[in-house]
Amino acid sequence: MFTIKLKRIIISGYRNFTRSGFTSLASILIMTITLFVITSLIFIQAGLNSSLNDIKEKVDVTVYFVSNADEASIKNIENSLKNLPEVRDITYTSQDQALIDFKERHSNDYLTLQALDELDDNPLGASLNIKAKDPSQYESISKYFESDTTLSKGAMTIIDKIDYHQNKIVIDRLTSIINGAKKLGFAISLVLVLISIFITFSTIRLIIYMSREEINVMKLVGAGGRYIRGPFIVSGVLVGVISSLVTIILFIPVSIWLGNQMTDFIGINLYTYYKANFFQLFIIMLGSGVIIGGISSIFAIHRYLKK
Amino acid sequence: MIYFNNVTKKYRDNTSLEDVSIAITQGEFVAIVGHSGAGKTTLTKLILAEESPTGGTVFFESTDINKLSNKDLTNFRRKIGVVFQDYRLLSNKTVYENIAFAMEAIEKNENEISEDVPHVLELVDLTSKSLHFPHQLSGGEKQRLAIARAIITQPDLIIADEPTGNLDPINTNEVVNLLKKINDLGTTIILTTHNRSVVDQIKKRVITLENGRVIRDDKDGKYML
Repeated sequence: MFTIKLKRIIISGYRNFTRSGFTSLASILIMTITLFVITSLIFIQAGLNSSLNDIKEKVDVTVYFVSNADEASIKNIENSLKNLPEVRDITYTSQDQALIDFKERHSNDYLTLQALDELDDNPLGASLNIKAKDPSQYESISKYFESDTTLSKGAMTIIDKIDYHQNKIVIDRLTSIINGAKKLGFAISLVLVLISIFITFSTIRLIIYMSREEINVMKLVGAGGRYIRGPFIVSGVLVGVISSLVTIILFIPVSIWLGNQMTDFIGINLYTYYKANFFQLFIIMLGSGVIIGGISSIFAIHRYLKK
Repeated sequence: MIYFNNVTKKYRDNTSLEDVSIAITQGEFVAIVGHSGAGKTTLTKLILAEESPTGGTVFFESTDINKLSNKDLTNFRRKIGVVFQDYRLLSNKTVYENIAFAMEAIEKNENEISEDVPHVLELVDLTSKSLHFPHQLSGGEKQRLAIARAIITQPDLIIADEPTGNLDPINTNEVVNLLKKINDLGTTIILTTHNRSVVDQIKKRVITLENGRVIRDDKDGKYML
């Protein structure tokens, strides 16, 4: 009996859905908009993250050594830095390399180059460029130089300067902007998602409200609560499934367009991102659609079945 | 079968039924007549427990129907077939499905459904329209479909609330004859109407309501108001 009942409920829900024509179309439209908003927010988050990563990438701290520092002790410092958990990457620039870089940077500035040629020795020191895993960690890395005893006593004497203190204000501000942007982005997403879920819920409620007479008739004919509720839930779930299919297809041209037009602005190619995460995104859309559609129906019909 | 014990029903300050006591026995065909607003529809709603009385009790056999749980209420309603003036069909189901739904609701199996539905369709002469939707039917056809839906589950009682209210004389005649035929097969019928010719054609028990009170209860009644 259970399978027969289930079969009847599914058939009946499917028929309700197909025969309601315009009403079904309207709820698919609203649900599609909701799923569109949710997916757009995922895209925006992805874009935001990649821009933030780009910015983070540009933040670093450089330790300059005095020009007569010997390479072995610099390597020593580099190795001990590599053991710090905050450090992501270290690049060593030798004295000679620093000179080459300097000349390249000033290739149009004959005066400076001439002055450089007058010198016998290479006046530039070697340097270590340090990238932290997170911008907020630069402070602790720079403090490491001041306080850590694992560095040999001689190490402090070969360090010319650390440019952290010059960059500190920029780094601090950036850190707070990044954190703020993340929080704000999340809050806005949450509000938008809640609003669109509420609109979908109201639409489905309205549709079931229009069927309240029919629900009454079903009750009078002797149908039990579950048997009345079932087809409405099936219709709601169907709306969710179809809407997620519509949205996933709709996002193909959208992401191609965004990929062509906005890659430089956003920092990542959204079409590539869409392709790479297609399956995951589809599951999110399908899941959201089915859950919103199904649960809305359950809640909306609940009040008509109470008596 | 159905007993009203001093039943009063008030909607806010409006008294719709006042101190009504009637007993209806198995197999009867009872016509309840009265002007609009006399309380006829309220009476049927009380029998179906769609409304609960302000005072007094309504019994079906020996149970107070207003004390039934949701599940028992569903089971109770399965013993009653209802026909309305405004038909109340399921608009997005076909003629066949409207009738089949009533059987599915009471958990009949597919064999019974495919056997009984065509039989009833024939009885109400709608076989050729079984794939039509309600909006494609005339008033008389809709009412015959409503009756078919009411009788398919073989209820003990059929309540027909102004079933001929929207019909022309020819269709009215058909519906009344159909109800009489069903009554002859043993089903109790309660019919409300304000149509004189309907009452006079049935020639059975007539209960007359006026301003919520029973003013007449005749065994071989005629329409007298």
